Amino acid sequence: MKEQSQQPGVSADSVSRRRLLGVTLGAVVPAGLMAGPAAATTVSASGAGDAAPSLDAAIRAFTGGAPVRAGKVRVAIAPLVDNGNTVPLSVSVDHPMRPDDHVTAIAVFSERNPQHEVASFGLGPRNPVAKVSTRIRLATSQKMVAVARLSDGTYWSGEIDVIVTLAACIED
Amino acid sequence: MIAVLLVGLCAVDVVAQSDKPRRSGFEFMSAATQALQRDDEQNPVMLWVKDGARRWNDVSAGFACAGCHGEAQQSMRGVAARYPAWDEQLGAPVNLQRRINLCRERHQQQPPLGSEDDAMLALESFVALQSRGVPIAPPAADPRLAAALDRGSQMYSSRIGQLALSCAQCHDQLAGGRLGGSAIPEGHPTAYPIYRLQWQSAGSLARRLRGCFRGVRAEQLAPMSSEMIALELFLAVRAAGMPHEGPGVRP
Amino acid sequence: MSARTLIDMPRRVRRGEAFEIRAMIGHPMETGYRRGADGDRLPRDILTEFGCVFDGEPVFSAKLYPAISANPFLSFSMTADRSGELVFRWRGDRGFSHTERVNLVVE
Repeated sequence: MKEQSQQPGVSADSVSRRRLLGVTLGAVVPAGLMAGPAAATTVSASGAGDAAPSLDAAIRAFTGGAPVRAGKVRVAIAPLVDNGNTVPLSVSVDHPMRPDDHVTAIAVFSERNPQHEVASFGLGPRNPVAKVSTRIRLATSQKMVAVARLSDGTYWSGEIDVIVTLAACIED
Repeated sequence: MIAVLLVGLCAVDVVAQSDKPRRSGFEFMSAATQALQRDDEQNPVMLWVKDGARRWNDVSAGFACAGCHGEAQQSMRGVAARYPAWDEQLGAPVNLQRRINLCRERHQQQPPLGSEDDAMLALESFVALQSRGVPIAPPAADPRLAAALDRGSQMYSSRIGQLALSCAQCHDQLAGGRLGGSAIPEGHPTAYPIYRLQWQSAGSLARRLRGCFRGVRAEQLAPMSSEMIALELFLAVRAAGMPHEGPGVRP
Repeated sequence: MSARTLIDMPRRVRRGEAFEIRAMIGHPMETGYRRGADGDRLPRDILTEFGCVFDGEPVFSAKLYPAISANPFLSFSMTADRSGELVFRWRGDRGFSHTERVNLVVE
């Protein structure tokens, strides 16, 4: 099933449908991508020859390889969630929304879901603030990363750690 | 211990003898989930409620609910809080879903709906909304309900399934504790139909109870069966006096 | 069954006043990762796009992936300088397409 990809920067090819169900891989996030007080991330255990795309690759598909600076972007999510199926998430970017200077896009990524892309949003000067909210699924405790693209072509990011407890009494 | 008192006693006495304030499942949820239930514009169950409001007035199949019941805000106020109740014509207790189906069959010449059909959940949640804030008050004093109430009480305190657990063991003795990462609530039906995060859908009390039966590997009860309704009746009497929350959200 | 939607927004605003739009639509957002009772993967069936257009101008858009919860909810803010029509459109797998229109009065 072909995935539409009209949002600039988010490539459908970066999503591997061959990814095994349930396999979660940590990703090494380069220092240049997460400058600042970033929490340590898990190193991929599978070593060389790993075909599954990394979180880094998914973010690079959005940024086109441009440098990303930590800052401006705030990811708000409850630190401990009842159920990973429906988790409220908000992303806000501390940047003006003027016709000549504004946030043009926000992309949200998951460290450990079967697929890193969560959503991407297109914004413009008609939005007085760069803030979006939605509800997402989290497969397990992990880091969420949001990257904002500004009208001047620069990229900024923020991240947060979330703890997801599993339901004890499974119905299925 | 309350579990000991439950065995063989009329359920109405159980409510009177409990000296601990009863807590709705709402209180065991995280702040984020509570916020979801509080906000009618964010609560996913409102998608079903909105559909229910439309169906209430829908005449495409011939006769609408509104044809007899008029404005639901008036006619259905407190109705969901008063079920299960005795149906004279059927000669048996019915829950609200069964009541909706009886209306459909008797007055609309429509086939019955399944307990998890979107149409059923839509109508049931729309009616349940009209009981928001109304104290739960099934007609426990109705002598015709006594047999079903006693049956429900027995079921609640009987060990069932391969895990040999009774409802009382978790929801009376261990309420407030945790099972893995989940809080164990007291099991009061104060917000049905619920949007359950685990289901990512609205669902009935029967669905929730069937989940418990599956969890302890017990034989299933069918939705709207006399046994299921007996258990639902007991739970409603056990929760009598607690405010109905309207259709809510649960993890 | 036609799509159920809930759009929460003021219908009258002042010129240039910021207001919030919250849009929710009923959809299972089947991820494509779950397996059915027979062990086979349930095919993916999700909404993939959301767009809000005001008088022909794009205001907000979203690209959605399986990580978005069932019955997708989105909220964003906007300002308007004139009255007009807001068109909300959702698109998804299996040719899913649904549109809602809301008239906005700007004073």
